[in-house]
Amino acid sequence: MNLNAAAASLENDPETAAGKTVYVYEGPVRLWHWINALCILVLAVSGYLIGSPLPSVSGEASANFLMGYIRFAHFAAAYVFAVGFLVRIYWAVAGNHHARQLFMLPVTDMKWWAGLIRELRWYLFLEKQPYKYVGHNPLGHLFMFLFVTVAAILMICTGFALYGEGMGLGSWQDRLFGWVIPLLGGSQATHSWHHLGMWGIVTFVILHVYAAVREDIMSRQTMISTMISGQRTFRE
Amino acid sequence: MTETFYDVLRRQGISRRSFLKFCSLTATSLGLGSAYAPKIAHAMETKPRTPVIWLEGLECTCCSESFIRSAHPLTKDVILSMLSLDYHVTLMAAAGHQAEKQLEEIKKKYKGNYILAVEGNPPLNEDGMFCIEGGRPFVEILKETAADAKAVIAWGACASYGCVQAAKPNPTRATPIDKVISGKPIVKVPGCPPIAEVMTGVVTYMLTFDRIPELDRQGRPKMFYGQRIHDKCYRRPHFDAGQFVEQWDDDNARKGYCLYKMGCKGPTTYNACSTVRWNDGVSFPIQSGHGCIGCSEEGFWDKGSFYDRVTDIKQFGIEANADKVGGTAAAAAGAAVAVHAAASALKKAKKSETVTGEN
Ligand code: HEM
Ligand code: HEM
Ligand code: SF4
Ligand code: SF4
Repeated sequence: MNLNAAAASLENDPETAAGKTVYVYEGPVRLWHWINALCILVLAVSGYLIGSPLPSVSGEASANFLMGYIRFAHFAAAYVFAVGFLVRIYWAVAGNHHARQLFMLPVTDMKWWAGLIRELRWYLFLEKQPYKYVGHNPLGHLFMFLFVTVAAILMICTGFALYGEGMGLGSWQDRLFGWVIPLLGGSQATHSWHHLGMWGIVTFVILHVYAAVREDIMSRQTMISTMISGQRTFRE
Repeated sequence: MTETFYDVLRRQGISRRSFLKFCSLTATSLGLGSAYAPKIAHAMETKPRTPVIWLEGLECTCCSESFIRSAHPLTKDVILSMLSLDYHVTLMAAAGHQAEKQLEEIKKKYKGNYILAVEGNPPLNEDGMFCIEGGRPFVEILKETAADAKAVIAWGACASYGCVQAAKPNPTRATPIDKVISGKPIVKVPGCPPIAEVMTGVVTYMLTFDRIPELDRQGRPKMFYGQRIHDKCYRRPHFDAGQFVEQWDDDNARKGYCLYKMGCKGPTTYNACSTVRWNDGVSFPIQSGHGCIGCSEEGFWDKGSFYDRVTDIKQFGIEANADKVGGTAAAAAGAAVAVHAAASALKKAKKSETVTGEN
């Protein structure tokens, strides 16, 4: 299939005809999405405050535990985030085919490339309308893969490696993830990667939330309600 | 007859009582129980003495300087008298051809049975011409001596990681010894310099137990490099409380708060400073009010400012660090969103205008 044929078949897909409603995101995907969003909020705020702590508190050291609580919030959210990610991977296998999208990029599919180009042009105001998609649009798909799937793996590997430093040599965190530290060139470099990862994810979230709201208003399909009810309705 | 350590010590005038004291001291400093003292004594009385050859390459001699300041005079005397018998450029009595002859003799006599301790590293550029010893490039001497050694000790940041002479752009291509020596167990004892008691502890362990201590992933003895400075720092309660020195010489500095915000590298540095301390256990950098600079970590000269925790990212041309890069990306994304949203709103408004216009 060449690009033009791919574009034509996308435009005339009977599945996305106006007025049609499709069940896209199953319960576990939606639940994971919102738990994950909450985790990332907590992780980014607490992580930032670990890197750049709040102004000093006064009084006896034993009467305060501010850094301790912030680090606790980070680690607790980190565990939920990591376990959630594992469950989400399980659901990619067990769930419907939309649940698999997050974990693979269909780089050999001409339709995907045609959609990606169209979507880019749509965001550059060069197209009147985007195509309609049952699952993710290709641009969103690309960013989700890079800044959620890849970034989550980076954050989990570097995060648990750093956590293993505190737990000590021989802890399961150290045995499973300790190899990351020499690989990245030491503990400090691991902190730097972990820190940069946060900014990557924060940048994604800004664009993602904007895109979700904008598409909901301007494209020919529902978005936000889709992540709540799982149903996607197409418009003219 | 083969000579034991004990024979040598007695010949050096060390009493049996002192010898036993040394054994129990060694057992405790290695973190072994007192039950190990008799085992050490037994090993030293019966095992043939293992000679140590100490080579110095591209370095500043701070490792030797640290070593001879080991806290307990007994440990110092014992180890030094063992070492100076063999080969140590700075400490031995012999010099010139006599010394080189001695080195050859040890290598021949104890082939495959001596320990090689290396201070400094070989520069590889220009065929090693940046470090010549006795008329030959150090890298050749190092390879030759290592070939017949039983085990190798890499002293300090230089031998372990390259240290300042290997800092970017590393004009002489100073190279850590494990990149030059192959097929031998190498114990890395990083630090600039390493702590004296850590050094004597490692040597004593290897001499008495005839094996190398247990190493971590990066080849460092676990008993001394198993924890970060931060894990055992006496200012840690202030870290957990959220009490930091905000500026040099502020009130918090006088109160001895945590130096995290002043760029303390304790949270990313593996060493024994916060437990063993320096100069007979008198103090260590954090105790005297300055953050750790991470001298025992790989490439610590190239990890940005000593007063900043997040590494600078040099590839960006200007001095950028993770927060600046990330903050800029996030801010740019935010600005782009704002502009894009405005343009989208305009487009939507126009579209609905045309739609209503058509009706
Ligand atoms: C989206 C995910 C995450 C984000 C945005 C995030 C963010 C951050 C940030 C910005 C820091 C400060 C780094 C520094 O400047 O030193 C940090 C530290 C840390 N993070 Fe995360 N993190 C995430 C996930 C995780 C996970 C999954 C773990 C695993 C347990 C983890 C464990 C840690 C640890 C141990 C530290 C070091 C704490 C310390 O030095 O006291 N993080 N994180
Ligand atoms: C208020 C905040 C958020 C809103 C309104 C929102 C909305 C949405 C919507 C509408 C979708 C469906 C997109 C589509 O149909 O193609 C979606 C998918 C997704 N969002 Fe969010 N989102 C939010 C926050 C986040 C955060 C913080 C993350 C984490 C980085 C995130 C990660 C994802 C992922 C990974 C998917 C794909 C789900 C899958 O395929 O399993 N979202 N989001
Ligand atoms: S002074 Fe340094 S090592 Fe000590 S608690 Fe603070 S950050 Fe950690
Ligand atoms: S406190 Fe840090 S910089 Fe100072 S000697 Fe110890 S490891 Fe090196």
